[in-house]
Amino acid sequence: MTNIQLLLALLAVGLVIGTVVALLQVYAGHFLGVPAFIYEWVFRGIPALVLLFLFYFGPLQFGVSIPPFIAATLALGFRSSAYQSQIFRGAIQAIPHGQMMAARSMGMSRVRAIVSIILPQAFRLSLPAWSNEFSSVVKDTTLAYAVGLNEILRHARFITERYYNLAMLAYLTVALIFLVLTYSGNWSLGWLEKRLRIPGLEMAGVSGRGRNLSK
Amino acid sequence: MNLLKVENIHKRYGKEEVLKGVSFELQRGETKVVIGPSGTGKSTLLRCINRLSLPDKGQVWLEGEEITHSKSNINQLRAKIGFVFQDFNLFSHLTALKNVNIAPMKVKGMKKEEATKLAMEELERVGLGDKADAYPAQLSGGQQQRVSIARALAMSPKLILFDEPTSALDPELIGEVLEVMINLAKDGMTMLVVSHEMGFARSVADEVIFMEHGVIVEQGPPQQLFSNPKHRRTGEFLHKITELYGETS
Repeated sequence: MTNIQLLLALLAVGLVIGTVVALLQVYAGHFLGVPAFIYEWVFRGIPALVLLFLFYFGPLQFGVSIPPFIAATLALGFRSSAYQSQIFRGAIQAIPHGQMMAARSMGMSRVRAIVSIILPQAFRLSLPAWSNEFSSVVKDTTLAYAVGLNEILRHARFITERYYNLAMLAYLTVALIFLVLTYSGNWSLGWLEKRLRIPGLEMAGVSGRGRNLSK
Repeated sequence: MNLLKVENIHKRYGKEEVLKGVSFELQRGETKVVIGPSGTGKSTLLRCINRLSLPDKGQVWLEGEEITHSKSNINQLRAKIGFVFQDFNLFSHLTALKNVNIAPMKVKGMKKEEATKLAMEELERVGLGDKADAYPAQLSGGQQQRVSIARALAMSPKLILFDEPTSALDPELIGEVLEVMINLAKDGMTMLVVSHEMGFARSVADEVIFMEHGVIVEQGPPQQLFSNPKHRRTGEFLHKITELYGETS
């Protein structure tokens, strides 16, 4: 299903770029830090639909035809990466400074310390907020309808154009599919959160979703 | 040749000059204890030695290699210097065992089986062989500090710096950490210890350094410094510490 393919592409783009932007914002000097802040500001500040049109119809004006799937992946992926970067930045900054210091004191390079010590902890801390972003991204995939991607909303639209009396049924089906998608996604993330929880650090009464269901 | 040579270290934070020219040497197998009122730059001094803080002026040499040189291979040098923090700083997402074997693997490139075997040995050395699979949050402060000592030992350091290793511990947990440190000193480990544990200083230190206001006021063997300090300030400080923590013996 196109929406799931797009979802996976968006999450991949968002995760990779989001992590890099967060790391630049926290650790880099002005030379790379400032561009990272500008990137985040731009892609968080422009409406998703406007970004989509910019990436798809913008180049089209100059005869450059970007496939809708690619245009959507870039526009919505960059947008999600900007949001994700702030989730990761918050998590990275929540990690006590002593963790980095201890890693450096043993001879780890900064990059090594980030990869082995900081990020594994930051990703754990990010999971609850990240599952929120996941829900947004799932739903954002239907926006690609606007640039002609053959995704699920477009299929529903095709059907209703031919069979007007099926409109309610068609759109309810689409709605149901998204409910199932967000639910199963969030359930999996809750399960993952529980799996990755650090023993001894759990807080009583606070639990990831899916706690009881996964048993 | 001395193992560590510290010469004329200056460090300023903003307006305040925390270190105003500190020099001393450390021989192989020697234990020195640094004492002094809080805010006199003892911790900063330790951090300047492995360049966690960059000194403004002055040099540090480890086995003749200048740590403070801008072109020194700092990661390689730091790998030879263990650092034990006041608040442990164990990696909270890793078990005790993985806290200990990670640096041998990631810094020295040791094979996993070999590093794990080594880590097990070091954990047993600090009496925590049975806690290998526990996470830091599941351990008491004393146990965490012992794991962090094992973590330092796993790198086979030339020298270990201790930054107030028992200050964050409940009184009843201090003993187990000091015991590990006493055994290390007996085994010939070179140690530089910032601490207020006068009993430890008296029984283990080859020399005690008294620092105040960013300078070394006085240094000498513990017996001499404790019972017969040359400087008025040393005497006053020792008097105050004795009042707070009890006898220095």
